[in-house]
Amino acid sequence: MIAVAPTTTWYLLLSALLFSIGVIGVMVRRNPLVLFMCIELMLNAVNLSFVALARRMGDIGGQSTVFFVMVVAAAEVVVGLGIVVAILRRKPNATTDDMAELKG
Amino acid sequence: MLDLVWLIPALPLAGFLCILLFGRKLGDPKAGYFASAMVGASFLVTVGVFLDLLSKTAEERHHVQTLFQWVPLGNSFSIDLAFLADPLSLTMCLFVTGIGSLIHLYAVGYMHGDSRFSKFFLYLNLFAFSMLMLVLGSNMLVTFLGWEGVGTCSYLLISFWHERESAATAGKKAFVTNRVGDWGFMMAMFFTFWAVGSLDYSVLNHAAESVGVAGGLAQSTATAIALFCFIGACGKSAQLPLYLWLPDAMEGPTPVSALIHAATMVTAGVYLMVRINPVLSVSSGYAGWIIAGVGAATALYAATVAVAQNDIKKVLAYSTVSQLGYMFLAVGSGAYVAAIFHMVTHAFFKALLFLGSGSVIHGMHHEQDMRKMGALRVLMPITAGTFIIGWLAIAGVPPFAGFWSKDEILLFAYDKSPILYVVGLATALLTAYYMTRQVIMVFFGKAEWKDAHEEHGAHGDLTARDFTPHESPRTMVAPLVVLAGLSIVGGLIQLPSWGWIPHGLQHKLEGWLEPVVEFGEHPLSAGAHDLSGILALVAIAIALAGIAAAIMVYAKHKAKPIEPQILADAWGYDRAVSNFMGGPGRKAFDGVAWADAHVVDGAVNGVGELVRGSAGQVRKLQSGNVRNYAAAVGAGVVLLLVWFVVVRGIL
Repeated sequence: MIAVAPTTTWYLLLSALLFSIGVIGVMVRRNPLVLFMCIELMLNAVNLSFVALARRMGDIGGQSTVFFVMVVAAAEVVVGLGIVVAILRRKPNATTDDMAELKG
Repeated sequence: MLDLVWLIPALPLAGFLCILLFGRKLGDPKAGYFASAMVGASFLVTVGVFLDLLSKTAEERHHVQTLFQWVPLGNSFSIDLAFLADPLSLTMCLFVTGIGSLIHLYAVGYMHGDSRFSKFFLYLNLFAFSMLMLVLGSNMLVTFLGWEGVGTCSYLLISFWHERESAATAGKKAFVTNRVGDWGFMMAMFFTFWAVGSLDYSVLNHAAESVGVAGGLAQSTATAIALFCFIGACGKSAQLPLYLWLPDAMEGPTPVSALIHAATMVTAGVYLMVRINPVLSVSSGYAGWIIAGVGAATALYAATVAVAQNDIKKVLAYSTVSQLGYMFLAVGSGAYVAAIFHMVTHAFFKALLFLGSGSVIHGMHHEQDMRKMGALRVLMPITAGTFIIGWLAIAGVPPFAGFWSKDEILLFAYDKSPILYVVGLATALLTAYYMTRQVIMVFFGKAEWKDAHEEHGAHGDLTARDFTPHESPRTMVAPLVVLAGLSIVGGLIQLPSWGWIPHGLQHKLEGWLEPVVEFGEHPLSAGAHDLSGILALVAIAIALAGIAAAIMVYAKHKAKPIEPQILADAWGYDRAVSNFMGGPGRKAFDGVAWADAHVVDGAVNGVGELVRGSAGQVRKLQSGNVRNYAAAVGAGVVLLLVWFVVVRGIL
């Protein structure tokens, strides 16, 4: 077994891949729950690059930022899921395109 | 007593409020008596204040009572609601409340049976309040408040019988014409505030007294203030070219004509000019000439028109315009005391004449055409007797009041310029002539109403058969008697300095007004002073000549009356103005209105439309589609990245 030590570049590439999946998911999917998951995916992609770069640069700041992001994301999920559940209760099978009552 | 100055206007205001709330309940005639009592009480307070002021030395006769800060302007300036009690304002208050209460009392009889009886007294009390605010105001803004108040009351009372088309129109005419004058007054206020940073008369007059000194008024500013005030005065006091509204104002009930359009409101312009006499005296020489010229021209013009009028009130209306012209002649000649003197005596005899004419109209069952009167002295002895006293007073026959005041004005006019004197003298001649004509047509000669009545009877008009003119009720003739008494003795307040008159009786009014006018009053030259006796004799001769001429024409029928149509039409001036305003003027105003609606409003509306239109386009971006927003955010990130990497060169 050839031991290849993963370099920082690998982590960053993975992060970019995850982020892109998230972006594309937000733009093409209509299910609000999937949309949420895509947003989480993007957040965690950024988290991954933060951790990788923090290790590379020997700076603890990047890792502590990740904790912030995770706390904020958790709070965001609480609020966001609440809204999504409320909407879906009123309109089952609602897609994001149906939620356009506030359009100008 | 001086601290009760605020009561003088407050009492009529209280009367106004009470009648507003309980007028209908009080009804006819109690509401009238109540209103009269309020003005009467105000008169008593005025007398008290007057006596208090009289007991002080001349320098101390100046009391300002500040009720509250009305318009605070920053830290240092404010406009107060303050009353100024000084000899001038008290003189005005005395005759406004005195004559006002008499006319209120008279109106109780005159308006008896009118369906809007209490409303009439509501307006009268409001008028008394406004007029007192006007004269008592210690700054121009309080005066302006009263100035607009009397204008509004004038409008309401002229068109009191608004079911009549002509009355409604006359009210509007008075209101609109007065606005032109109000513009002048407002300009004067702006100039005053700009120049001295205050609207107080004391500040303005003090600045005028130190003209040329640092902190004083510039002469050009003084001229502007004086002339703009004069425009205001022209509107209120019915001078050329703004006199138009006054003859039409006779559409109002006669007590209104007597109170507002003869005795009090129309003298407000003269009052204002005397109030700012220091400003007038330091302004350029031509300002005085303009004022005296307009006054003299108005006096002569209105007197010629009065000669050919057949409506009993129209004669008196033009006569009022003419007499106001005398007052402005005096103001322009620097004879402020003479102007106030004539204002007071004129208030006596013109109120008397108007009330007398009202009594005649009342007795004649609302007939105003003098050609249908005649020989009324037998049926209306008191009215006739008092009217004759008023006639002698206005004609300038000694010893009645009008002689003394007119003589004093003519003396100063002579001192200013012989031309003004001759115009004044010609006016005096015409005054004596047309007033004699009126007295003969109404009270002497043939009873024309009898013919009219018989003609009616022949046509089977049953109601006309009972028609006999009758003397008016007691509430109406009592004020006539009081005013007749005042018209006889009114001259006593300012007797000239002739040798045979006891020294203590000479120039009482001048001594009283001294603190107000000492700076502005034009000193009489020695030459004119020496001539005063001769000039008085000339004035008497002129008055008697006018009376004699009218008697020859109208009583003895020795000559045909000269009443050309052009004089009856007021030289066509009224019609010319109407035609101009109705034709090109109307088009011009329509143009201005169009420009206002389309250019000024268009600009404002255009901005609104522009914002609304562009917003309508922009709001479409808010599609409500979450994925679009996400795409926009994504695109934004990409653009930022491009900006940082490509343009700024980071990385």
